[in-house]
Amino acid sequence: MEVFLQQLINGITLGSIYGLIAIGYTMVFGIIGMVNFAHGDVFMVSAFIAVITFLIVTTWLGIGSIALALFICLIAAMVLTSIWNWTIERVAYRPLRGSFRLAPLISAIGMSIFLSNFVQVAQGPRNKPVTPMLTDVITLIRSDIYSVTISYKQIMIWAVTAVLLMGFWYLVQKTPLGRAQRACEQDRKMASLLGIDVDRTISLTFVMGAALAAVAGVMYMVYYGVVSFSDGFTPGVKAFTAAVLGGIGSLPGAVIGGLLIGLIEVFWSAYFTIDYKDVAAFSILVVVLIFMPQGILGKPEVEKV
Amino acid sequence: MSHDAPAAAPSIDWSRTLKDAVITGLIATAILGPFIGLVTVQDMEHRLILQTRWPLFLALLAILVVGRLLLQIFVWGRPAKPKRAPLALPPSVERIAAPFFIGLLFVFPISVLFALGPQGSIKWIDNYGIQILIYIMLGWGLNIVVGLAGLLDLGYVAFYAVGAYSYALLAKTFGLSFWVLLPLAGILASFWGIILGFPVLRLRGDYLAIVTLAFGEIIRLILINWVDFTSGYAGISGIPRPTLFGIPFNASDNGFAATFGLEFSPIHRTIFLYYLILALALLTAFVTTKLRRLPIGRAWEALREDEIACRSLGINTTTTKLTAFATGAMFAGFAGSFFAARQGFISPESFTFMESANILAIVVLGGMGSLWGVVIAAVALVGGFELMREMDFLKLIFGTDFDPTQYRTLLFGAAMVGIMLWKPRGLISTREPTAFLKERKAVSGSLVTEGHG
Repeated sequence: MEVFLQQLINGITLGSIYGLIAIGYTMVFGIIGMVNFAHGDVFMVSAFIAVITFLIVTTWLGIGSIALALFICLIAAMVLTSIWNWTIERVAYRPLRGSFRLAPLISAIGMSIFLSNFVQVAQGPRNKPVTPMLTDVITLIRSDIYSVTISYKQIMIWAVTAVLLMGFWYLVQKTPLGRAQRACEQDRKMASLLGIDVDRTISLTFVMGAALAAVAGVMYMVYYGVVSFSDGFTPGVKAFTAAVLGGIGSLPGAVIGGLLIGLIEVFWSAYFTIDYKDVAAFSILVVVLIFMPQGILGKPEVEKV
Repeated sequence: MSHDAPAAAPSIDWSRTLKDAVITGLIATAILGPFIGLVTVQDMEHRLILQTRWPLFLALLAILVVGRLLLQIFVWGRPAKPKRAPLALPPSVERIAAPFFIGLLFVFPISVLFALGPQGSIKWIDNYGIQILIYIMLGWGLNIVVGLAGLLDLGYVAFYAVGAYSYALLAKTFGLSFWVLLPLAGILASFWGIILGFPVLRLRGDYLAIVTLAFGEIIRLILINWVDFTSGYAGISGIPRPTLFGIPFNASDNGFAATFGLEFSPIHRTIFLYYLILALALLTAFVTTKLRRLPIGRAWEALREDEIACRSLGINTTTTKLTAFATGAMFAGFAGSFFAARQGFISPESFTFMESANILAIVVLGGMGSLWGVVIAAVALVGGFELMREMDFLKLIFGTDFDPTQYRTLLFGAAMVGIMLWKPRGLISTREPTAFLKERKAVSGSLVTEGHG
């Protein structure tokens, strides 16, 4: 029981990170019908930006308060990652609209390879460890054999994720920008006839996706305390799995899918074998895509000529 | 930005151009600043610290801003040229080019041997000849799946791994010879192709790509973790080398050199391996060109152009896709068993997603569906990087610790994006009809963009 509770706490933490990345996949797929293969690497870039800003803030500016430093990190990572993704969309995807079906996907694969190797060349292939932070824990259940604990950083990850998701939900549901975004998702041509700047809306979708991926990046840095240039690929595929599991195109679906993938991964490692935890995640992707491609909350895809 | 604007205006709008340059500079600063201007390194106590690299950052920034400014003024401001049909080799050139090229490949090792002697030529035949031919063969194999049938397979390297491990394990456990195991590896790989393909081929486009990627990763992770069977990360070493129909390439009395009365030299095996992979690659090309003329090949190309139209014309899309998948996998299996036999050592490190992406890049850059394109792209990408390692003057320009191999994958990625923007159909694209009534007419589809199917 204690083990179960502890894994539940860990799984929700990991799931929040996957959910934040998954939203970027699902929004881009919803609006232009493309798997943004480079999104996992955008997440990795944001984690690096977080590490670099954290070092600037703590060593150069000498800010001692971890909370303030992390806040500055979060803002900087969100802004800079948004600029990155805006540029990527502008350079690699926008000119391909109306090209043949696989062109944007191949371009995105190229971009993914480019990003991870750019970071490898620019920042070096070694892992980047950060000083552990927010390491204090609260013991929830004390027992002689196994104590259930929740750490401050887990609480912080839950809180930040929840607050930002609520803000994001408000943005998509209540603001003119969100309305334009949902309109483009339903019918791009009709939306442009009604005076919505489709290109701008698509750009902003990429910006929103990147900002949320940046939150995930900062959380990832805090949670694991180490970042590497190759960290984009596997979390990227897992977050994509989450988006597919939740129903691609559906925002609550992405969050639910993320939490499920996080829980499955953590429970798999705890009760079966840690060696095959990635195999488990990849198998879920395959099984879901084959047997229920519309996911939990998605709409079945209608093929039009 | 101005290149989206009508390009007919003869004079240059200076204020707009300058504004654009300033914006480019700001964006480049935001993007490159943290990554190029600053670098994270570990100090003596393994703590992460920051170092600055402002000169490098400023140089890159200047290149970007000035480059974009020049492009604005001299390229994008000019009226756009009318779109041309993609480059395709005229049939007369193609008729001479193929025998000429094959002949060149046959004389390559012998001429290198005469020019450089047995010691100096090993590197050329092995690093350039064999290495490039392996990639050409893999490119041609993947070309069947991606180029002809239009199925984006991101896990192609899994079948390469199946071929390599089949040969390594069967040869080591049962002592079977290379010539028995080569077809067996191909059959096993295509068998895996069918097993993996069967459930996923109902999926379209992007989904198919992601599922094949997941399968590729699953196979690699199993190779890593199933230590009893594959010995995991450590890999399998001491894989038996191929023999010339029973004559081994060693210094013993019944070895190749002794049998033919030659002085023993390792170059014999290298040349033998070269001709072996050349034969395998040519077999792939031969089968591909023959299949294209058969109903199944035509069904593949029809499937690539429009799946829904295909289905409404009564083509069984599942079997069509499955044969493409299995045929492509079979050639990967052949190449895999050759790879294991050549290296004598294999480990899961050789079968990562990057390898799939490299092969895909070769097919995409060369022009999907074009055999010539794959050759050109493989020679340029694989041979080009091998050659860059030789060029010492690059060290003079970029400093002594300049290692071009570091930039290899970076350029692969950039080239994939670039080719999609510039020529989405690849350098040489053949969308000409292979089936026609009286004369070959250019398809209007090769001149305009394709609709979404």
